[in-house]
Amino acid sequence: MSEEQIKNLEEQFEARILRDDKIEPKDWMPEKYRQTHIRQISQHAHSEIVGMLPEGNWITRAPSLRRKVALLAKVQDEGGHGLYLYSAAETLGISRDEMFDQLHTGKAKYSSIFNYPALTWADMGAIGWLVDGAAIINQVALCGTSYGPYARAMVRICKEESFHQRQGYEIMLKLANGAPEQKDMAQDALNRFWWPSLMMFGPKDDESPHTAQSMKWKLKRKTNDDLRQQFIDQTVPQADILGLTIPDPDLKWNEAKQGYDFGEIDWDEFWQVVKGHGPCNKERMKARVNAWENGAWVRDAAMAYADKKSELKNKQAV
Amino acid sequence: MSDKKNWPLWEVFVRSKNGLEHRHFGSLHAADAEMALENARDVYTRRNEGVSIWVVESKHITASNPEHNGELFEPAQDKVYRHPTFYDLPDEVKHM
Ligand SMILES: [Fe+2]
Ligand SMILES: [Fe+2]
Repeated sequence: MSEEQIKNLEEQFEARILRDDKIEPKDWMPEKYRQTHIRQISQHAHSEIVGMLPEGNWITRAPSLRRKVALLAKVQDEGGHGLYLYSAAETLGISRDEMFDQLHTGKAKYSSIFNYPALTWADMGAIGWLVDGAAIINQVALCGTSYGPYARAMVRICKEESFHQRQGYEIMLKLANGAPEQKDMAQDALNRFWWPSLMMFGPKDDESPHTAQSMKWKLKRKTNDDLRQQFIDQTVPQADILGLTIPDPDLKWNEAKQGYDFGEIDWDEFWQVVKGHGPCNKERMKARVNAWENGAWVRDAAMAYADKKSELKNKQAV
Repeated sequence: MSDKKNWPLWEVFVRSKNGLEHRHFGSLHAADAEMALENARDVYTRRNEGVSIWVVESKHITASNPEHNGELFEPAQDKVYRHPTFYDLPDEVKHM
């Protein structure tokens, strides 16, 4: 194709997105669109999968059967979310194996929040309430994104997320209204998860070079700072109901902007964790790689069994 | 290390209730059809989304090429006589 033709196709393509046409797997798309989507969707999938680890750790120690079935169902959902997203990414021409490879070699990133440890049962509450809460805000914005398979996966995921947040908030509610030790535990979890949750929306707008392109492709409908503000404004009143204190002395209502002002985020910490130096980066990767490698014989055996069965069937057919 | 014979890709179709058609829900990897059904149940119907599942290995699906959409679908656009509104009848004619 000549440069002229490509330019033409690109213009038609951008026009389609502008009028809210969805892009489907076999449609022509600019190479940059394909690569950006592969990167974002696969990283999103990795986040769901790695996100199972901090919570999975607490399933066997849930304080009641009610809590245990809920947590089990939530963690299973996150696994499902990862699978929806991996298959959405595969429609763009990357294989599942390549994506796992990128995750396991550290080439692909996942959400930094999962590199923080879940130290107490209250963390299950804080994660559901804050981490899933922040994820929901990001994901609702993506339900209208331009790539069809990604948008469809997001719609399905959003439907499933709201129980995640509610079960987390219920845990917090119970602890916050319990014995003083329980309330302290809830406060401690909030203290540790508040700032990392705010970082989930990514760097500030003026340090986020891809925002303009992402907005154009509807990979973003609102900027990082707008989404972060939305999260803070909706979460502060929820903390008030719990009777817990948001660990930010600079947090205060701003009547003029009809939103909260808040303190400076520690971006050094954010970049440290992104670069692999968070409290649990190594542990998380080790768990993933082990699961993958230790499961290899199961995958091989299932494939060998399937081959043998179809061989047998073919023989009987002759 | 395994010799990388990967589980193939399957497309999953789910009938959400009797009376409705099966609809494409997504895809997944599985070693064989039986496992694809079991996985589809776990991945796509955790909340009563279905009463029946079809799985078909993705490689067996033949899809039209969007680049040929012109030849394929445009001829239908000027066949207005396939629609009831094309025919002029007086208003007095009822039930038609
Ligand atoms: Fe999720
Ligand atoms: Fe979730």
